[in-house]
Amino acid sequence: MANMYNDKVMDHFMNPHNVGEIENADGVGTYGSPVCGDMMKISLSIDENEVITDAKFKTFGCGSAIASSSVATDMIIGKTVEEALAITNEEIIAELGGLPAIKVHCSVLADHAIKSAVYDYAQKHGKTYAALEGFDPNAEEDDHHDIPEEE
Amino acid sequence: MRQVYLDYSATTPVKKEVLDAMLPYFTEVYGNPSSLYSISDASKEAIATARGQVAELIGATDKEIFFTSGGTEADNWALMGVTDALKNKGNHIITTKIEHHAILHTCEFLEKHGFEVTYLDVNAEGMVEPAALEAAIRDNTVLVSIMMINNEVGTLQPIRELAAIAKAHGVLFHTDAVQAAGNVEIDVKEMGIDLLSMSAHKIYGPKGIGALYVRRGVRISNYMHGGAQETRKRAGTENLPGIVGFGKAAEMAKANLQAHIDHCSSLRNYLVEQIMANLEDVHVNGSMEYRHPGNANMTFEYIEGEAMLLYLDMHGISVSTGSACSSKSLTPSHVLTALGIPVERIHGTLRMTVGDMTTKEDIDYTVEVLVKVVNKLREISSVSKEKGW
Ligand SMILES: Cc1ncc(COP(=O)(O)O)c(C=O)c1O
Repeated sequence: MANMYNDKVMDHFMNPHNVGEIENADGVGTYGSPVCGDMMKISLSIDENEVITDAKFKTFGCGSAIASSSVATDMIIGKTVEEALAITNEEIIAELGGLPAIKVHCSVLADHAIKSAVYDYAQKHGKTYAALEGFDPNAEEDDHHDIPEEE
Repeated sequence: MRQVYLDYSATTPVKKEVLDAMLPYFTEVYGNPSSLYSISDASKEAIATARGQVAELIGATDKEIFFTSGGTEADNWALMGVTDALKNKGNHIITTKIEHHAILHTCEFLEKHGFEVTYLDVNAEGMVEPAALEAAIRDNTVLVSIMMINNEVGTLQPIRELAAIAKAHGVLFHTDAVQAAGNVEIDVKEMGIDLLSMSAHKIYGPKGIGALYVRRGVRISNYMHGGAQETRKRAGTENLPGIVGFGKAAEMAKANLQAHIDHCSSLRNYLVEQIMANLEDVHVNGSMEYRHPGNANMTFEYIEGEAMLLYLDMHGISVSTGSACSSKSLTPSHVLTALGIPVERIHGTLRMTVGDMTTKEDIDYTVEVLVKVVNKLREISSVSKEKGW
């Protein structure tokens, strides 16, 4: 079991970075649901230059969901909102040094949670971002239910 | 680092006495039991002895025991063999929603080939209601298959009562006793069982060997076709060391039964009590009254099972989980679903099973680590008691 994850994933899982909630955050987003097996909540501090100065997360989920949350928050701290929105789940996986195929959806969780938090920030501050066009933070998270059963 | 194995329902280590009994049958006594020359006599005798030992564990006669490659083959054979032999009588089978996949997937296969299957529900305690079986039996029912002890929640079904209902309707009764053999007293005659599956690796014997008990007089077609082994009922050169090991393990299980039950149930109860005393929002799944002596199946709210399993593994503790995230299919446990447990709680469920080698120190260490792990994951989690699900 443990050797299904590489050392980097295990390290982020065992000692996750940026766990918590920011008080009076500039943007808060939640993605996923406990019914689906994973739910990530992320809060962001964003300065007047639209730079993400801090990010914290709370995640209900498996090892890869927690590791993806940890690495994704690391990745966006210090970036501008535009840069953070450009991060794809493939980049999160690459930063983790790879995830088992069956766990790829966990990186999508982090990617969507970031978008949800920025969406909240954009709403509150009357901003628009091209990368958020068509993004619905309340969309059903059903993208990992069509993985065929293999036993 | 301390290693604590708490997954005896998945498999058990082979006991030293069992291994010692097996070893000569790899190198010294190797004659094919089907051969006529004298060196094969010892092989034949060893199989006969083992057959008697296995028969004794469940109160059967030697002639009613047929060795198979394990519990899975015994389950497949029981279902395929009985439905084939009775295909002119009917095409309906009754089983339950909590069976092992060796039964469920065989039933799905039979459904594709013209059979109808009724999957009985269980109540919130994980128990089959005898009245539900009574109501499900039809004129075309040929077989009822209900497991004796469930492999996930450990519930022990009222087999005597269920078998009597089948018998009253002239329907054969099979039970998957892979988890039950060696963990509860079994007497096939007194319990009214027609067919019963067993596996050696759950009772401190080797993997890849099991048996199907077929009551004398029960009609069953062959499943493995080939040579004339097992009185022409199950083809294939006998797994001689495996059979010898199974026999020895069965003999020891019979002799140690009460001590084994006492040892396991007291450690299991201690484990459950200690966890409940040190953590909130924890639930035991399945009846505590009718239960496998070593099984503790528990839900830890607000956190996910694979994460728990990995943390415990990092501390040398081996357990299993009903979480979808740790299954290759990403589907939550069908057993916990059948008990009516909400999916988000199924994700946070662990199965811990103690066995003969488990010590009180193992339990103390496990509780100490588990409490830390649960608290840590609850701190990371986006759901909590205060915020709710
Ligand atoms: C209830 C039950 N039935 C069948 C089996 C399959 O037995 P085996 O592993 O010997 O094929 C198992 C073991 O996993 C089991 O727990």
